[in-house]
Amino acid sequence: MADATTAVAEKPYYQVSTNKHSGILSWLLTTDHKRIGLMYFAAIITFFLVGVIIGVLMRLELIAPGRTIMGPQTYNELFTLHGVIMIFLFIIPGLPAIFGNFFLPIQIGARDVAFPRLNLLSYYIYVIGAIMALTSLFLPGGPIDTGWTFYIPYSIRSTTNVSMALLAAFVLGFSSILTGINFITTVHRMRAPGMGWFRMPLFVWATYATAWIQVIATPVIGITILLVVIERAFGVGIFDPALGGDPILFQHLFWIYSHPAVYIMILPAMGVVSEIIPTFSRRTIFGYKQIAYSSLAIAFIGYLVWGHHMFSSGMSDTDAMIFSLLTFLVALPSGVKIFNWVATMYKGSIDPQPPFLWVMAFIVLFSIGGLTGLVLGSLATDIHLTDTYFVVAHFHYVMFGGTGTIFFAALHYWFPKMFGKMYNIKFSKIAVVTYFIGFNMLYFPKFIMGYMGMPRRYYDYLPMFTPYQRISTIGSWILAGTIFFMVGYFIHALYKGKKATSNPWGGVTLEWHISSPPIMENFHEIPTITHEPYDFSQLKEMKNE
Amino acid sequence: MSEHDNKVHHISYGTYILVWVALLAFTSITVTIAGIGLGRYTLFIALLIAAIKSTLVINIFMHIKFDEPIFKVFLALSGVTLLIIFALTFFDVLFR
Repeated sequence: MADATTAVAEKPYYQVSTNKHSGILSWLLTTDHKRIGLMYFAAIITFFLVGVIIGVLMRLELIAPGRTIMGPQTYNELFTLHGVIMIFLFIIPGLPAIFGNFFLPIQIGARDVAFPRLNLLSYYIYVIGAIMALTSLFLPGGPIDTGWTFYIPYSIRSTTNVSMALLAAFVLGFSSILTGINFITTVHRMRAPGMGWFRMPLFVWATYATAWIQVIATPVIGITILLVVIERAFGVGIFDPALGGDPILFQHLFWIYSHPAVYIMILPAMGVVSEIIPTFSRRTIFGYKQIAYSSLAIAFIGYLVWGHHMFSSGMSDTDAMIFSLLTFLVALPSGVKIFNWVATMYKGSIDPQPPFLWVMAFIVLFSIGGLTGLVLGSLATDIHLTDTYFVVAHFHYVMFGGTGTIFFAALHYWFPKMFGKMYNIKFSKIAVVTYFIGFNMLYFPKFIMGYMGMPRRYYDYLPMFTPYQRISTIGSWILAGTIFFMVGYFIHALYKGKKATSNPWGGVTLEWHISSPPIMENFHEIPTITHEPYDFSQLKEMKNE
Repeated sequence: MSEHDNKVHHISYGTYILVWVALLAFTSITVTIAGIGLGRYTLFIALLIAAIKSTLVINIFMHIKFDEPIFKVFLALSGVTLLIIFALTFFDVLFR
């Protein structure tokens, strides 16, 4: 990247309109990938905070046995809403739509994504889907109470607004597909001269693999949703056993999408980890190609393990055994990544800045989540643990401890680049520690309760679970407090933070070669790539640029 | 964009009509077989016919036959994934 252009003082992207409008319209009609990334950021963070508040309310209800602050129907609606918001509005679009949009074109040396207008359309489809989901809360019938998995036959018979919420998920799926198509085309067609496939940063590889899952798997949920809506509206017997349908077929179709969707959530996070660890270890990544290929392997094997959600649903034993075996296989490429990350740090010159500390928290939390996944992937132990808190704990360790933690890591890593301001380092280090404590207090007792037999989604519990439930609720206060503390210091940084330099962490991928914040269209001239992506010998050249 | 992308491939109207007739014929075969009652084989035959029909549509109507190899590779990859998904679902239905 010797020829990579260093930006001269020029207006940042958020002060330059890409259209004839100014003010709010210049944002709403923008086709700039960075501005669209920020618009996603605003929407997604808002939904995330709503999801957090709902989670805290549910935990508050569970602080003592019996009714405390809400009735059982409200509780059912809240856990469904928490699931739908967190899955469909936060964690699936989170990393690709915000950081993928913002950094994927920059990291491959492009001025924008391949289809900028399609990119804006994806955003509006996301917003329309979100509005539809919110509308379903207030229409007659009330918020849905089926859980985010919409299992048949209850979702056929529930009188709540299931059809509206399902159609919202259907619309949101289109946003995901269009973003996927855009990223795939961008990676194939828009790479800068010299940016071969194996010179792409690993975040790009991970986002590329994710895009394929988005494009191939999402239509399955779309069709399934339509079938449920048709069944609800016209009484066609597709899934409902009372009408001659097969409820297990629904579970197959639902998980054929929703399991790969787990990898839509986690793969970009793994890409971010592969960016942060080399930067703060000052070492090139260990096993670049293996990490890149393991992303593709996870994306592929991820399609073939959906049945492990259905071991106790009445699926055939033959299929259960096949799915159990395939589930264990997916641990291999995940293991490849973990070992390569640790090997990258070995003998590195480690600089424990906040993004790196977030990644360390991730490695611990994600490993706990991953390994407990093997307990659930084994047929015998799964029978005992199915539909207990153990599953809830595992899921939150993987999704929140994994993707959620990396969402914060990515934010701490790229915030100075996105906004040109630096946040308070001391505060952010405190946040990692309290986050880690709060997280484990909130979710670890659920492993124990689940093992003891506490079922998930229950409004009430036996007195023997009270101490664990209390620890969990107190943990939720610490965790939510940390999240709002972070919101506070980031907002403070936006207005009063010190100006960030173009390369505050000493990274070498392309985004660190340009100004903070980037200019419109990112580069004065498209760079010619002459280095491997994590070649830290560039740092000297970059200082002279 | 390479020069290849800009090539226009002319397929005669005759071919289009022939493919259309073939698709209609396959559809009527599917419907007929569904009425005969071949048990579990009905589904396999229906899937086989559907696969042939999609191959025709993708190659002729969607011009994939004349496109760059990369499209064929990714299409094949998606097809294989779909096939495995079908197979894994049938391991449930057939052995339940």
